[in-house]
Amino acid sequence: MSASSIFVILVSAIFVNNFVLSRFLGICPFLGVSRKVETSFGMGMAVTFVMTMASIITFLAQRFILESLGIEYMQTIVFILVIASLVQLVEMVIQKTSPTLYQSLGVYLPLITTNCAVLGLTILNIQNQYNLIETIFHAIGAAIGFTLAIVLFAAIRERLELADLPLEFKGFPIALITAGLMSLAFMGFIGLV
Amino acid sequence: MNIETIMFPVIGLGGLGLVFGAGLALASQKFKVDTDPRVATIRELLPGANCGGCGVPGCDSFAKAVAEGKAPADGCPVADGATNEEIAKVLGVEIAGNVKNVAKVICRGGADECKEKFVYNGIQDCVAANMISGGSKSCHYGCLGLGSCYTACQFDAIKINDNNLAEIIPEKCTACNKCIIVCPKNVIKMVPYKQEVVITCNSNDPGKEVRQKCSIGCIACKICVKACPEDAIEFENNLAFINYDKCTNCYVCVEKCPTKAIEGVFAKSKQQTG
Repeated sequence: MSASSIFVILVSAIFVNNFVLSRFLGICPFLGVSRKVETSFGMGMAVTFVMTMASIITFLAQRFILESLGIEYMQTIVFILVIASLVQLVEMVIQKTSPTLYQSLGVYLPLITTNCAVLGLTILNIQNQYNLIETIFHAIGAAIGFTLAIVLFAAIRERLELADLPLEFKGFPIALITAGLMSLAFMGFIGLV
Repeated sequence: MNIETIMFPVIGLGGLGLVFGAGLALASQKFKVDTDPRVATIRELLPGANCGGCGVPGCDSFAKAVAEGKAPADGCPVADGATNEEIAKVLGVEIAGNVKNVAKVICRGGADECKEKFVYNGIQDCVAANMISGGSKSCHYGCLGLGSCYTACQFDAIKINDNNLAEIIPEKCTACNKCIIVCPKNVIKMVPYKQEVVITCNSNDPGKEVRQKCSIGCIACKICVKACPEDAIEFENNLAFINYDKCTNCYVCVEKCPTKAIEGVFAKSKQQTG
């Protein structure tokens, strides 16, 4: 495994197969937590942390529990269990160690439990037959891609707040149109890798 | 069927669940954070709509903000008076003010009182009518009576009366502001529920013009300002308005007003005493 293959995985996860804009995973926080750049960045950081941790643990769970017992078909349930427990644990640790960070992440941290981007990532890791290091970089790439998409989207939405729009388009309708246009733009990266 | 097909998943998943459960239980002991017990109590009292109407994301955050004193005890727009009082009891405070407001149409220049500029045959909606030179009424500020507010009201608190004016039933009004937002004439205002005396004119025209257009409008004569014993009536842009904090509902202005543009609802005071 070379450095170039890791680079390819990163670029692929950030741009070409962006989790939000081209795989359409994690749409809920993408629309829900994108009012302000600040909070969307916080959400991005929380997702980054959980994605990386979840990828490592699910990789180990897959290798040492599911495959050794021959029950790979239980993948979805086991992974959800892992992610949910992990988020709970992370929440408790953050609450104890850094109340400030806990405050700024707020309700978004438990929301990651049900974020399909995390589950999608862990399952894709297995499907693509990545090894542990590739898995970690794929997770980081996916998380950066998610953060990039949500921060860009939040910045656009902040400006849309001030734009002179017809009443019917204000709020969610224009946000959905914007998300569609952003997705189209990211489709331009297809063929890069 | 092989017994292993059932046993392995059961053992595997059950084992994982047990390990994670035990881990989380341990972690919750180790990373225990002492929280304000009032937060949980307040959270249970709240309606739990998670609507964000209070300005804080979610009921959990609101309960926390209340316990920390960052949000008022009666800040929840969904909770009723009794709930707010219980929350205040948990905190050991009194709810300040607790003034119930209701929306009020401050125009009584209906079809009988106010002259028409032209006959309007368009869409029966105030917003649409307002686009055609401000509607058919000669007064630019009055209620058009086509019922945009009636449509907007979710509580059945608005009716259009025989005199072609919108009328709000104070008992049903929840002060949700929907009618105030939708009204193109801005002729609906918030008034304290207990207020009996209200100036029911919205016109900023000079007195002479008002007199030509409407028989029940404020003609900017300032008689009420001089007559008020509490100095509660102020005057701006050719229109008198009452400072509700000072007004004692003495009805002097109602009697003095030459055009009867100040409305006094005796029924309200009867309701309160009786």
